[in-house]
Amino acid sequence: MQHSTGYIVGFAAAICLVASLFVAGSAVGLKDRQDANKLLDLQKKVLTVSGLMTAGDDLETEEISALYQSSIRPKTIDLKTGELNADIDPSAFDQRAASLDEALSFVAPENLSKIRRLPNNALVFDVMEKGELKAFILPIEGYGLWGTLYGYLALAPDARTVVGITFYEHGETPGLGGEVDNPRWKALWPGRLAFNERGKPVIGVKKGVAGPVAEDPYNVDGLSGATITSRGVTNLVRFWLGEDGFGPYLASYRAQAGV
Amino acid sequence: MADVSPREALIDPLFNNNPIALQVLGICSALAVTTKMETAFVMSLAVIAVTTLSNTVISMLRHHIPSSIRIIVQLTVIASLVIITDQVLKAFVYDIAQQLSVFVGLIITNCIVMGRAEAFAMQNDPKLSAIDGFANGVGYSIVLMAGAFFRELLGSGSLFGITILTPVSQGGWYVPNGLMLLAPAAFFLIGCFIWAVRAWKPEQIEEELHVGALLELSNEGHLR
Repeated sequence: MQHSTGYIVGFAAAICLVASLFVAGSAVGLKDRQDANKLLDLQKKVLTVSGLMTAGDDLETEEISALYQSSIRPKTIDLKTGELNADIDPSAFDQRAASLDEALSFVAPENLSKIRRLPNNALVFDVMEKGELKAFILPIEGYGLWGTLYGYLALAPDARTVVGITFYEHGETPGLGGEVDNPRWKALWPGRLAFNERGKPVIGVKKGVAGPVAEDPYNVDGLSGATITSRGVTNLVRFWLGEDGFGPYLASYRAQAGV
Repeated sequence: MADVSPREALIDPLFNNNPIALQVLGICSALAVTTKMETAFVMSLAVIAVTTLSNTVISMLRHHIPSSIRIIVQLTVIASLVIITDQVLKAFVYDIAQQLSVFVGLIITNCIVMGRAEAFAMQNDPKLSAIDGFANGVGYSIVLMAGAFFRELLGSGSLFGITILTPVSQGGWYVPNGLMLLAPAAFFLIGCFIWAVRAWKPEQIEEELHVGALLELSNEGHLR
């Protein structure tokens, strides 16, 4: 069957219009639900790394939000000075988007984690219990074997002891480097010390098995078969705890808290 | 093609004319999402939904689509359906949508969907086309689920995340086979699946091709 050019153009236009209506309709119609999911997902991650929730816990949405609202205080800091930046609402601040935006970020100094740009401002989550600081959570990221790992590191109020670590997004090999999100491996972190006596970030993933916390406080068991991912984790944790990462914030925190 | 009964349209793609085993289409996503039963299952549902709906819509439009732009029209319909599916997954099963990441979007390029639209839905009525799309989606799912069954069981010692063989790392006896979690394992498994189906149905074994036969096939449009 031959069709006129007019018919063909008209048909194509009609198909495009109908298809775009459906696509736009679904995107707009489901946006609230998707945003709610994203928020819930973030809250779950933060609660898990702070130790208030365990990964296997099957909490209702309302419980998670309530727990988050009552115990987590997010704040935005200036990464270079470490001072609080009260101008930015932390609940609306997207640190990952900011580090991609040239106006909101700067070129990172050379580093082993292949981080190219750092955001001017960063998020810190204070974990409160009965009005007292129980821990604080720092977002961390850096290169592993295949790509960038994104996660959170929680430190105790002494700014030295690790409370927990989690990686929520990574492309490491399932079963090998992908074990960074295995709860059993993550459970090796709490209690280890991130800094040595001189305040240098020395915590790292070693090759093989680390000793008990008391004897070997700065090392965590390596992931077998994933040397490069393990090294990547060491690099990124040390980077974010160091001078170019949250170092200035940690220094001002220590001065205020007297630890 | 015009005289296919609904029963044939439903049963044929499962084993006789399985999109992966016989037509060897859709291999890319079959490698990527079969490390776990859960992701393979959601991916299967997504593909079944897309093949069924795209076949139905294209069949309804088949008398109106100008043949000179039919491929791009099919692609527009399929792409829209895939985007909608992706949006629905993100809204209702967020965790799994995160794990499937780019592979839901890649259903657009899954040859099964367009292959069925072009080869079946353009010639048959909507009801039959819907059945054909559904059955091809299920045929794809059978291979996906079979692959994921072995990969998750042997690679992680679990099924749907429930531990069956307790791995050594959790104090059990089972040493997980790391190869099963890598993409090549899916190749081996799909190869075994094709072998099993062809051992069962020897008529699926292709004759050895010589150059002339290849040319003939491509002239007839059998090769993509």
